[in-house]
Amino acid sequence: MRREAPQKFSDYGPLFFPAGMLIVFFVVPFATMIAVSFFRRDPAGFYSPDFVFDNYARFLSLFFGKVLGFSLFLAVMVAICCVVLAVPFTYLLSRAKRKTQVLWLVALLSILSLSEVIIGFAWSTLFSRTAGITNLLVMLGIMNEAVALNPSFGAVLTAMVYQALPYTVLVLYPALVRLDPTLTEAARTLGASPMKSFFTVVVPALRNTIVATLIMVFIFALGSYLLPQILGRPQHWTLSVLITDQAIYQSNMPFAAAMAVFLVLVTLGLVALTVYAGRKGEAA
Amino acid sequence: MRDILKTNVSRRAVLGAGVAGASLLAMPAVLRAQDKSLKVGVYGGYFKDSFDKNIFADFTKETGIAIESVAEPTGEAWLVQLEQAAKAGQAPADVSMMSQVAMLKGQSTELWAALDTAKIPNATNLIDHFVNKYPDGRVAGIGAVAWYITLVTNTDVYKEAPTSWNALWDPANADKLGLLALVSNSFLLEVTAKTHFGGTNALDTEEGLVKAFEKLAEVKPNVRLWYRDEAQFEQSLKSGEIPMGQYYHDVTGLAAADGQPVRSTFPQEGGIMDSGCWALSRASEKVEEAHTFINYMCQPQIQSLLSRKVGTAPTVKRDLLDLTAEEFAAVSSDIDPIIPRYDLYTSKSDWLNQKWTEMIAG
Repeated sequence: MRREAPQKFSDYGPLFFPAGMLIVFFVVPFATMIAVSFFRRDPAGFYSPDFVFDNYARFLSLFFGKVLGFSLFLAVMVAICCVVLAVPFTYLLSRAKRKTQVLWLVALLSILSLSEVIIGFAWSTLFSRTAGITNLLVMLGIMNEAVALNPSFGAVLTAMVYQALPYTVLVLYPALVRLDPTLTEAARTLGASPMKSFFTVVVPALRNTIVATLIMVFIFALGSYLLPQILGRPQHWTLSVLITDQAIYQSNMPFAAAMAVFLVLVTLGLVALTVYAGRKGEAA
Repeated sequence: MRDILKTNVSRRAVLGAGVAGASLLAMPAVLRAQDKSLKVGVYGGYFKDSFDKNIFADFTKETGIAIESVAEPTGEAWLVQLEQAAKAGQAPADVSMMSQVAMLKGQSTELWAALDTAKIPNATNLIDHFVNKYPDGRVAGIGAVAWYITLVTNTDVYKEAPTSWNALWDPANADKLGLLALVSNSFLLEVTAKTHFGGTNALDTEEGLVKAFEKLAEVKPNVRLWYRDEAQFEQSLKSGEIPMGQYYHDVTGLAAADGQPVRSTFPQEGGIMDSGCWALSRASEKVEEAHTFINYMCQPQIQSLLSRKVGTAPTVKRDLLDLTAEEFAAVSSDIDPIIPRYDLYTSKSDWLNQKWTEMIAG
């Protein structure tokens, strides 16, 4: 089928609805947020319209720099863990029998129906000293004494990977199903081991998909604020936790807005950098 | 409260509740038809349910004023909503139960209509510090209920109850505490000042505050959980996972009465006493009804009822109440309480918040 460029104004019709939605639900709120981030904060009350940089100035400190750094680090770790786990898994899944595939996909989709709160509390029970998985290890004689595994960085990371993994698999799945099986067959015929053919043929063929998935999981993980609170110590709180504190508990909307704008800008910058680096790598 | 929890729900009751719920949804229309009504904001969930069941129905019976209760969120979100609405001349609730910090912040924008104490004769029953006043003496709010935050422990882990807030600093309690995560709801600076620096006056100056922060930073190795969500700590306290911490006296008492291995102790330095005020939005047109309502709530017998059914501490003087010594002890204590320095949370809120966050997360 040949695609024709739109000729008349009405040809753009189908675009109006999504564009309208995007304006109402993204552009307007985001613009409001940017505006509020320049408002003047009144500590005894609320805020008044103004144009000041105080909110950004307050953010530019070593403390918030560290928190931002940790948030980005956590999101990158979640993205890497998810992709490292999901690529081989999805590859094997796409080669499995139809029935097995459906079963796994249904199980993964059912994880998506769990709310972040439930995931957080479930993991905090699993990681607890009194009822957690270490009790099982004690029963099996592997450990001497049950210990608490949370709050810790590992607990936060585990729960966040658990939460993001289904998305990762669902994004990778179509690409892996469509991957031409003759590619790996050719590699095998030429004498490559299954492992070698996976790393030298499958992974490079999926490079763009993998980068896109990394970015998606990274952004998904960056917004997390509940799991770090439930499973982490205060030093594991992300910038989103502090934004919530400012907005809800301190009613300091201008500062919360400034932090959120900053977070969005840093995220966009990093994504742009990744895409740019990817293009360059392709050209080389 | 226990009675409510233990009630067996029959099929009929569920159907009845359904009908009641449906009529509740139709309520705004019904209310408009009546000439006397009042929208009252109370904290959503358990609190609002108890008020609906134990207080509001009787009030309507006695005064003919229908009450539409509105579930308000905790924190300052409700204050922000009331403020925005008042600017537009709207009142999502006429009378709301507000925390002390929210009362002070609302004062700065004249959000609260001044109350006429001549129309609230029962206000004289109140303990003085429960009457919230503008700097010029106008009454902004009248004490609704009070509650205590105390030192709580798991009885399986701690056979002996601790006697002092000093237990928070005890190296033996490493990694065992659950404390509230925000400077403005944990009131731990006040606890530090009262326990180590002779009283909350030590927080008058910035140097005093810095000293309190430094002293408080010493508890960090003992803290396993800084919680925002009450359920998170309550569960861990019951299981012994986090066997000590600060928590609400009323809820802990209920859990203990249900057979959970928990206890609430008033330390020798006193429990932290926090309270909520009834305040009237300046955008409300139900001024008469609001005064009638607040006056009704200040009666000693209503305060006693609240103590028995909701578990809150009374805001009226002890000698006017018909609570037995045991009932009073269940909700309060004769030990001089630690009264939070609410003034600090308006005058220095951002500075305190910044210091606090850096202290616990740094």
